[in-house]
Amino acid sequence: MTSVSIKDLCLNFGTVQVLKNLNIDIDEGEFLVLLGPSGCGKSTLLNCIAGLLEVSDGQIFIKGNNVTWEEPKDRGIGMVFQSYALYPQMSVEGNLAFGLKNARVPKDDIARRIANAAEVLQIEPLLKRKPAQLSGGQRQRVAIGRALVRDVDVFLFDEPLSNLDAKLRAELRVEIKRLHHRLKNTMIYVTHDQIEALTLADRIAIMRSGIIQQLASPHEIYNRPVNLYVAGFMGSPGMNFLDGEIDDSGAFTFGGMQIPLDRYPFSTADRPRQAKFGIRPEHVVCGAAADAEPFSAEADIEVVEPMGADTLVWAVLDGREFRFRVDGQSELRSGEKIRVGFDPARASVFDATTELRL
Amino acid sequence: MTDAAIVSPRLEPGPRGQKPRRKLSRRNIFLYGTLIVVAVYYLLPLYVMVVTSLKGMPEIRLGNIFAPPVEITFEPWVKAWATACTGLNCDGLSRGFWNSVQITVPSVMVSIAIASINGYALANWRFKGADVFFTILIFGAFIPYQVMLYPIVILLREMGLYGSLWGLVVVHTIFGMPILTLLFRNYFTSLPEELFKAARVDGAGFWGIFFKIMLPMSLPIFVVAIILQVTGIWNDFLFGVVYTKPDIYPMTVQLNNIVNSVQGVKEYNVNMAATILTGLVPLIVYFISGKLFVRGIAAGAVKG
Repeated sequence: MTSVSIKDLCLNFGTVQVLKNLNIDIDEGEFLVLLGPSGCGKSTLLNCIAGLLEVSDGQIFIKGNNVTWEEPKDRGIGMVFQSYALYPQMSVEGNLAFGLKNARVPKDDIARRIANAAEVLQIEPLLKRKPAQLSGGQRQRVAIGRALVRDVDVFLFDEPLSNLDAKLRAELRVEIKRLHHRLKNTMIYVTHDQIEALTLADRIAIMRSGIIQQLASPHEIYNRPVNLYVAGFMGSPGMNFLDGEIDDSGAFTFGGMQIPLDRYPFSTADRPRQAKFGIRPEHVVCGAAADAEPFSAEADIEVVEPMGADTLVWAVLDGREFRFRVDGQSELRSGEKIRVGFDPARASVFDATTELRL
Repeated sequence: MTDAAIVSPRLEPGPRGQKPRRKLSRRNIFLYGTLIVVAVYYLLPLYVMVVTSLKGMPEIRLGNIFAPPVEITFEPWVKAWATACTGLNCDGLSRGFWNSVQITVPSVMVSIAIASINGYALANWRFKGADVFFTILIFGAFIPYQVMLYPIVILLREMGLYGSLWGLVVVHTIFGMPILTLLFRNYFTSLPEELFKAARVDGAGFWGIFFKIMLPMSLPIFVVAIILQVTGIWNDFLFGVVYTKPDIYPMTVQLNNIVNSVQGVKEYNVNMAATILTGLVPLIVYFISGKLFVRGIAAGAVKG
């Protein structure tokens, strides 16, 4: 069943089109991540769903009700903000109770719901404290609790982990995932962090200047990006792109080298001449194993970045930058030459003019 | 310097630890010299006033204005407060004091109440035409008062408030509006917007957010507004003399009438005492709230 449905949504600030004809259907209990660089409209879309911004055109349905003109409180949503947005003069308990008091929920009911939320989020010892006395992680838990007590259908997260340090972010990320498994609510989560997106999402919507580029499962987005933008945006370090041509025999040629494409799963019948060939650094193998791959060549190592678990190598292949990942134990030095190879079946090929996947 | 005996073998001779500072450096002499000169410049007149107000008239006639009083007398203070004559009334400044209180208290409360709501609405509820409204309001702050004196006389007359305390309260409230609204708007804009959004999701309305979320966070800016208004309205002379009658003259107007009365001898001691009495209220307000004032100005007025 559809939980949130966005139909032809448009939002203009003056003459600037921030959201352009967006359409998304989000299933009951689904975890959807809106991912994109800053300024792509992902937070704006979330604010529209929450009712904090008035839309210029289109409709928003939550649980089958048209809520386009409803106030935020009547939409059945709870929202968690990046800056936590806890009311500083109220205790944790007061923060949790504020929404319920506004909705005139009976007192014993409020107490019961707070106790329940506090237990789920393990913030029982903090209930009497003021937000200023809490750490960042605790504050964000309380902020989640504030959405939790209101017993809403849809949770909206607006970059909730961006203000936390790396370690805490990883911990709370898992906790949000656990929470989702336990509550099974629909969750819409805005982030610019692709790790968060990949780990949390059932589906990811990648946005760019107000348009959804691709809406698919993390696996699909990672392995089969629909266009050059998505391919370049997902993955860190990003995908290697080689400019070249598809010749008459159906192989990709660049700088005198030829990559056979007979194993590549084309999704269209188009074979434009100018194309871009993309391969992720982690799909490249090197050394002796490279020669076993359908394509292999020699590269010059420029910079070696050991990262503990693995090592990132910046090399030069036919005069272009080429990155690949090797095992953390391998000992490579800059200046050396090395054989690199990959299987074109794991690559992505794009039309150079339309930038769409072939 | 007994510890100096324990020298770690790793240390080299030369600079070590905190850099020593000379107390009597050129920098310090300039800094403290300037501060002292400025402080004396401001405090000397006050000293003269206090000293003179405590002398009897014969001692004043000797002409040593800086000399401390030989014989301390509080009679000038009593006279200034209770029996000095202005026109027909001879009950001193006390009448003017209570008039000023009656004018200042409602003016301050009403103007701040309205301006804080104005500022809140302008900062958080972006209604249509908000920018135009705000521009007009700010423009009001730059129109010279003199231009509006006569139109307001007519306006008050038509409203039946001319010459009454309430007429003056209305005038002060209106004239405080531009600067106070600006102050509050800037303060409320500086509060995190997400707080406001969170409160809306939590189902609080216009007034709910104002009273339960915004007000408890705005003590510093309210203190600033109170200080600005209390001192501004208390020190006002122009509106007081134009829009009121002798019976309800505020303290400043009465002070002027005492000091500038042409009959009889100039009683400098009474004049000084009366002046200090009139200035006492703003002075006390500053002393009580000085710290909050600075904090509020920093939080609200500078950020914009």
